[in-house]
Amino acid sequence: MKTWGREVLASVLVNSIYEMKNYPVVLLNTVLSPLSFLIVITFVSKGQLIGEAIEGGFIMSMFQSGMSLQGDLSHLKNDFKLQDMVVSSPTTPSAYVTGMALGEIIYSIPALAVLTILAAIYIQPGLVESLELLAVFLLMFLGSVAMGFTLSTFSSDIVQSFAFSRLISTVFATLPPVYYPITYIPLPFRYAAYLSPTTYAGEIAQSSTGLIQLSVTDVFLAWTILLAVSIALLLVAVNKARWRDV
Amino acid sequence: MSTGILQCESLTKVYSDSKGKKALDTVSLEVPSHGIFSLIGMNGAGKTTLVRILATQLAPTSGRATIDGLDVVPDAKRIREHIACIPQEARTIPWMTPKQTVLSYLLWRGIGYNEAGQKASEALAKVGLETQENLLNRHLSGGTKRKVLVATVLSSDADIIFLDEPTTGLDPISRQELWTSLTRLAEHRFLILTTHYLEEAERLANVIGILHRGELVGIGTLDQLRSTLKYQYSLMVTSETTLPVVRDGLVTKARTGQTQILTDESEAYDISRSLLEKGAKFSMSKVSLEDIFFHLVYRTSKEDSD
Repeated sequence: MKTWGREVLASVLVNSIYEMKNYPVVLLNTVLSPLSFLIVITFVSKGQLIGEAIEGGFIMSMFQSGMSLQGDLSHLKNDFKLQDMVVSSPTTPSAYVTGMALGEIIYSIPALAVLTILAAIYIQPGLVESLELLAVFLLMFLGSVAMGFTLSTFSSDIVQSFAFSRLISTVFATLPPVYYPITYIPLPFRYAAYLSPTTYAGEIAQSSTGLIQLSVTDVFLAWTILLAVSIALLLVAVNKARWRDV
Repeated sequence: MSTGILQCESLTKVYSDSKGKKALDTVSLEVPSHGIFSLIGMNGAGKTTLVRILATQLAPTSGRATIDGLDVVPDAKRIREHIACIPQEARTIPWMTPKQTVLSYLLWRGIGYNEAGQKASEALAKVGLETQENLLNRHLSGGTKRKVLVATVLSSDADIIFLDEPTTGLDPISRQELWTSLTRLAEHRFLILTTHYLEEAERLANVIGILHRGELVGIGTLDQLRSTLKYQYSLMVTSETTLPVVRDGLVTKARTGQTQILTDESEAYDISRSLLEKGAKFSMSKVSLEDIFFHLVYRTSKEDSD
């Protein structure tokens, strides 16, 4: 366990602490991305959707962390051959990925801190609602980390990998109704939105804090789908990610 | 220290996108796992594929490889405790310092933070980087960056180290410095080194393997490789020199423009005596690794084209 902790620490240091320490300007980028949507949605809705936009900011931060992980792992693997160096060492893939994923969260801390302050001011969730939100965000993060790691192990080209990472982030975290209620989307397109797990995360978050009304069945269904998708992505990562190339 | 054997039995690798072309073709070898084992070959010969399989980074298609009795596939976890690798084209991460680079690598190997910091400084000092350990890697020269990577494996407790073309692209001075570091590294460990530079293999390696188009076309010490050739001696004479009669040897044009006579020891002395009597300028030596490499690789290529 002690050794596992050291391996995790190595990944955290390489993927976040050292870069933040040596290049502090990178922190600005991680703050701006989720907050920019929040600001736009809040202004356009004249403040009506600030609650949804704050929760959307959390979901996007969590999802983007996993997608950034895909880009960063590909970068470290293909440009620096770091993964090969680590594979030929006692480090386990779980320690490597856990540390790298924690590194992504550390990057998101400034954005998450701003969002937490805004949530405390504008949403004011109770303890149960806060725990529910935390569970949703955590599931979002685990699913996207699992997907990001799996994709990174298959990538051999960093340009394509970064482009793919941005594409997935846009498709799953920006287009689906995470910053606003699904009722704002015209009906035929709502069915497409339900193909994205972030839609269910948004619905659960908005419903738990009373921003939208959902039936118990709909909430149960949303949790079931979100859990199933997250577990499926984790299983794919465990069984299909290529630690050793074939 | 590793004192066993590195063994490959019919090791074959076919990449899924290679349309059936074998990157490694039934490679079998057995070398003692200490000192320096160098793999040489042209681009695409299979050196990196072989190293990646042995370093447990790549699964073979068929055949097996063992290091000190441990199979690189089922026993990968145990092997990884004893190996370290600098892959081909590995680069230092620009936003980290040399000390951070070595320290994080040691953490990945399970060493505690304080001890890792101390070992990192010691390893960097061994490759002459004690004054540069806190500079950002992006400010270092190419040769210094390579030394940082060598320091990472030097600092570890791994006793088998894979180095895939560690000196490619380095200037002659940096290469000489790195050779010194590698020689020191090999004192107590087993190094598996791939290189394009025949001089590097000749100077550093105890055992040399020659790969060509995925096949192992030669393996052994330099003397053993020489003994596989018909001729063990080389005489170089200027192209204007009138040659004495060469009975058993082979007269060729060297890449330097000089005339090269490849022959056995007794005829080499006869020819050199004759050249001395004529007052001709010449040099005589045992055949070099370059001669062996060109003979084995050229012969294989020619047989393939025939």
